[in-house]
Amino acid sequence: MAEFSLPKNSKIQPGKHHPAKDAKKPRTFRIYRWSPDDGQNPRIDTYEVDLAACGPMVLDALLKIKNEIDPTLTLRRSCREGICGSCAMNIDGTNTLACTRAIDECASGDVKIYPLPHMPVVKDLVPDLTHFYAQFASIKPWIRTQSPAPDKERLQSPEERKKLDGLYECILCACCSTSCPSYWWNGDKYLGPAILLQAYRWIVDSRDEATGERLDDLEDPFKLYRCHTIMNCTRTCPKGLNPAKAIAEIKKLMVERRSA
Amino acid sequence: MNAKETVVKDRRNPLKIARGLGSSQSGVEHWWTQRLTAAALVLLGIWFVVTVLCLLHADYATARASVAKPWNALLLIAFVLTMFWHAVLGLQVVIEDYVHTRWKEVVLLVAIKFLAVLGALASVLAVLRIALTP
Repeated sequence: MAEFSLPKNSKIQPGKHHPAKDAKKPRTFRIYRWSPDDGQNPRIDTYEVDLAACGPMVLDALLKIKNEIDPTLTLRRSCREGICGSCAMNIDGTNTLACTRAIDECASGDVKIYPLPHMPVVKDLVPDLTHFYAQFASIKPWIRTQSPAPDKERLQSPEERKKLDGLYECILCACCSTSCPSYWWNGDKYLGPAILLQAYRWIVDSRDEATGERLDDLEDPFKLYRCHTIMNCTRTCPKGLNPAKAIAEIKKLMVERRSA
Repeated sequence: MNAKETVVKDRRNPLKIARGLGSSQSGVEHWWTQRLTAAALVLLGIWFVVTVLCLLHADYATARASVAKPWNALLLIAFVLTMFWHAVLGLQVVIEDYVHTRWKEVVLLVAIKFLAVLGALASVLAVLRIALTP
């Protein structure tokens, strides 16, 4: 059966408290901590951060904690402007990017920060995305053509290019896939909203000639049809994209190429 | 089994794992049939509820006579067949979603199909007995 409760060694325990001294504008952050090296259960550490001396985003607070309070706190980050997708995590109950989520936007009280849900944890806020990336590779995310390569670029009309809007912006941060209950229970086989949106990005590309093969590869009760239009993906996407719609479009194409 | 043991036992490339056994080339039939039966059940369901409401305070003989009418018997059989069909498709999704031990999954998937066929046949037999008995 699907597991609805955490295994014994994953049960979260209370952790350390790091109070702030002389803070003008203190705010408490409750952060999930787990290290593979010490054999301990995960714990929640609390950090008081002085927002008067901190940038506006959750990532600013995390980096302030790492730089000034606790250097052992582990997280991924790179561009700090919402384009690399590295700092995807569960903040205030929602999967989002720490760099584009303002501390002020979080619900009043403590700011709770966890790694992306239902993924193996490498350490602290760093999830293991190996399978997610392998699933991305499995859809062959590049132009596939049968016609010989032209001498210059493959042309696309403005209308054809417009079809990629709302798809090409995906940064593969995995917020949507890890918010999807279907991906939680069947992520080994179900491709999840992020990868299906990427698959649709190539299906709908006017220059790609492997549309049929792409649909063939997706026509499967688990790879595609585990989507039950729960819509968590669309609600959580930090880029404002609509993976649920992309999946619905794939399902429509599946019906379109068969007899009713 | 702890994580380190799994790593040693499983030397497959992540892409090999992700691709698995490949696409089963099915699923669209199930999806489309689920929607067709749902659409049919909207109409048949309304008819069924209205028919049952009309018999609210009727005695046994009146109810029996109502089922015995050719149109009512036909629609009742259509309703029952569509309902069992739709129920199997829906239960299949639930089992595939949540039952992850393969043998239990297969046993349940086969069992619901057998039970649904039995249930449907029994319902049809019941309606026919009323409709065809003078």
